[in-house]
Amino acid sequence: MTAVALCPACVGTSDATDAASRAAPDEVILALPNIHCIACISGVEKALNATLGVAHARVNLSQKRATVTLSAPVAPEHLVEVLALAGHTALPMDTALLSTLGDATLRGLLTRIAVAGFAMMNVMLLSVAVWSGAAGETEQLFHLISACITLPALAYSASPFARNAFQALRAGRLNMDVPITLAIVLAAGMSAFETLFGGQQAYFDAALSLTFFLLIGRYLDQRGRQAAKSAAAQLAALEVPRVMRLHNGARDMVNFTDLRVGDLILVLPGSRIPVDGVVVEGESLIDRSMLTGESQPSTASPDSAVVAGEMALSGPLTIRARTVGADTTLRRMVTMVDQAEAARNRYTAIADRAARIYAPAVHLLALAAFLCWFMVSGDVRLSLNIAIAVLIITCPCALGLAVPAVATTVAGRLFRAGVLVKDGTAMERLAEVDTVVLDKTGTLTRPFARNDLLSGDEAQVALALASGSNHPVSVAIAASMPDATAADVTDIREVSGKGVSGLWHGQTVRLGSGDWLGQAPGTWVQIGDAAHRIALASDLRDGAAALVAGWQAQGLDVQLLSGDSAAETRAVAARLGIPTWRAEVGPDQKQAYVQALGDAGGKVLMVGDGLNDTGALAAAHASIAPASASDAARVAADIVLLRDDLTPLIPLPALARLARRRVLQNFAIAAGYNMVAIPIALAGFATPLLAAVAMSLSSLCVIANALRIRGAQ
Amino acid sequence: MNILAVLIPVSLVLGGLGLAAFLWSLRAHQYDDLEGDAWRILAEDDLPPKS
Repeated sequence: MTAVALCPACVGTSDATDAASRAAPDEVILALPNIHCIACISGVEKALNATLGVAHARVNLSQKRATVTLSAPVAPEHLVEVLALAGHTALPMDTALLSTLGDATLRGLLTRIAVAGFAMMNVMLLSVAVWSGAAGETEQLFHLISACITLPALAYSASPFARNAFQALRAGRLNMDVPITLAIVLAAGMSAFETLFGGQQAYFDAALSLTFFLLIGRYLDQRGRQAAKSAAAQLAALEVPRVMRLHNGARDMVNFTDLRVGDLILVLPGSRIPVDGVVVEGESLIDRSMLTGESQPSTASPDSAVVAGEMALSGPLTIRARTVGADTTLRRMVTMVDQAEAARNRYTAIADRAARIYAPAVHLLALAAFLCWFMVSGDVRLSLNIAIAVLIITCPCALGLAVPAVATTVAGRLFRAGVLVKDGTAMERLAEVDTVVLDKTGTLTRPFARNDLLSGDEAQVALALASGSNHPVSVAIAASMPDATAADVTDIREVSGKGVSGLWHGQTVRLGSGDWLGQAPGTWVQIGDAAHRIALASDLRDGAAALVAGWQAQGLDVQLLSGDSAAETRAVAARLGIPTWRAEVGPDQKQAYVQALGDAGGKVLMVGDGLNDTGALAAAHASIAPASASDAARVAADIVLLRDDLTPLIPLPALARLARRRVLQNFAIAAGYNMVAIPIALAGFATPLLAAVAMSLSSLCVIANALRIRGAQ
Repeated sequence: MNILAVLIPVSLVLGGLGLAAFLWSLRAHQYDDLEGDAWRILAEDDLPPKS
């Protein structure tokens, strides 16, 4: 298939969908997972800029993406091919899923931080003069200038809090933004009033530093969420739903959603089957491990049924679609996962729980202070001033910073170790975990990498036959015997979907599946009439043993759950020292098992990679998937391991507990500080200077405490 | 004290300049790809960004 033949077919379809779904149809975004240096950047940009129809290409190394502006319609597949020729791996991404809305929010917050910071510094400087004794007209002048700087700056930078508070109030709820907004508005309004009428209680600097610190907390929080969301969107966007359809003998690429029941679809070796259907033409080994966890490939030939999510390994298959769209097994599984996830979303983050207590308490306290002072003194202005002092000094800053500061530090540290935290509350949930359920195939093991039983002639013959084929099983057999020498087998022929045959010392020798050789299921090597079973044991991933031992040492109950055979599962469990294991478990049974553990009061951490684990991943209290996992599993998991080695996962539960401890410590700092400050404010001793110092100090304490995680062991 | 009438506006203007410079750099996509731009300085034939 040439690029030229591909393009005209794509132009029509992509134009039609683009016009409807994209604002800028002339832009393509490619994911470049492997770029890392300047040579890659200029290589990719040069290759793309030299392509016909490309107006401009720019690589973003931080996001590992290239944004390509097109001057003429070019199919993303063509650009991928161009890059493949230049030696770079690229994957087209669905631009509709990659919203830039979040980036705009972040930039808006950063602008507000800058404005609030600028205003805060200037007002602080002016306030220093007032605090050091400026009186009379000088004080009046400085207050007036402060007001001129503060009021517009607050109107702009505090608007996110005001908007959120307004929305919450309209919905009849109280959130953190309500006391924040109340404090800012009252402080600014009262200070402006005092300034105009010659008073001395101006809280301009306090209102600004409150806004400044809270905006930092909000920014960190938003950035964490954004990183998590864009990681999820990136994973989802990589699932490019384009399928090769055969229509009147011609191949064209169509969108997955445009497929109809009865369409003929061509699946090339190495690609995933997009729909449920029946094989019409072609023969291939198919990898069902994503759906069943079964590590041995099985064969598909005309009339055999195939299911979406399976992978064709050895040959092209033509499939007649039987179910499309939302009805495929794959999509039904995704729906199941969605339901499980909805259940998990009922989890309330620690910060929200704290806010639920905090918000009403602060309001009641301030109101009580106002009423008491009003009854005692009868002076509205004095009472209002004290109520404002209470609102400001209870300082939601420390509370607003406590969680985001810790979350950002932890996520940064984990990312450097190769672990991507996708969900904001994942670490909190992970800290509560007491049971771990591990999947075997693909998570703890790599399939077929070792055999124990072959020796002598059989080994040499098997190696010779296996070397004559590039089927994954043959490759694995050949790779499992690095020391053996191949026998002198002639006339090697591959029988598609069955095995390999040849001649050795005048005897027919064959290597292949059990039913081809008239034996039990499995892989066999046959010399003359004697057949020997080849036991391919799965090899453990790096760090698997250390991971199990490490987690058990941290007090977690580690269990093994596999769709694979009992013998295989028992062997792996024994090698890793896992006492509890279950084999031959289907996808829905896995989910039910995890749910049952959860219903019994356990907090389950699920680690899995296959489509068959997806339901269990979503049903668990927290979940981890390796980067090699199926797309659906990565989307369902809270945490994605970006490396092949499992060792970065070992300190994860301990780190999660440490993070939770830090968050609670931060709350304790905020609470302790409030216990000292509130009586002072209630008694009417809180001056604007005291408020400004206390506020900055408690915020800095919380940030410093969060940063301690960076170096903690 | 008359010097204040000069100094305060001057300090505000200088601070404002800093703010304006930061906002400009933010809007001009200076922070979009910190890692890539650090490498790009080493390339001889780098193309200017177009956005």
